[in-house]
Amino acid sequence: MEARQKKMAIIASKGTLDMGYPPLILATTAAALGYEVQVFFTFYGLQLLRKSLKHVQISPLANPAMPMPVPMPVLVSAIPGMQKMATTMMKQKIKKHGVASLEDLRTLAIEADVKLIACQMTIDLFEFKKSEFIDGIDYGGAATFLEFASEADITLFV
Amino acid sequence: MTHDKELDARGLSCPLPILKTKKALGDLASGQVLRVVSTDPGSIKDMQAFASQTGNSLLSQSNEGKDYVFFLKKK
Repeated sequence: MEARQKKMAIIASKGTLDMGYPPLILATTAAALGYEVQVFFTFYGLQLLRKSLKHVQISPLANPAMPMPVPMPVLVSAIPGMQKMATTMMKQKIKKHGVASLEDLRTLAIEADVKLIACQMTIDLFEFKKSEFIDGIDYGGAATFLEFASEADITLFV
Repeated sequence: MTHDKELDARGLSCPLPILKTKKALGDLASGQVLRVVSTDPGSIKDMQAFASQTGNSLLSQSNEGKDYVFFLKKK
């Protein structure tokens, strides 16, 4: 008799280019290892489920650990266009090093039957429309997540 | 070592070599062998962890120049 299938539950609460990676990397890898996986997207994490990921960016502002080609004073990081530049640079780096895009990882997660759950409260709070989100996702709240998480072998908050 | 299928995962970073390995094994029958070539140094540890957690056997792993070569036997 095969052992019970392991489960992993993740809360994805961040909507930046860097912080979008951990939940999707772990979800896809766990699925490849045979886990049943659910990811609950709440607050800014919800951006990762929108059809367009153009809002998912990275800013050097208040992000002192971000490697920059030249040392950059905080006030320079704050000028208009810096966030867009940092996002473009990061995406180039990601591509150059053979790291998957967030779009690709999300597609792989769906193909691997990872259950993606959008937080209904956040959708109402930010007045998003369901039509802005990709197909094939579920909608739910805290109790939905906890029901699965209570039986999970691994639970992570990102 | 003979193999039934080959996966070229060169140039890809974590977790893609593992995800593609999982996918490629899906096309094989039990007992068949997959050869995976990767350039990601992280894949050495990860392939061992993948094998031990999925029950597929890692028959061998070696270096060929800049490549890491793995032979996996499907469970």
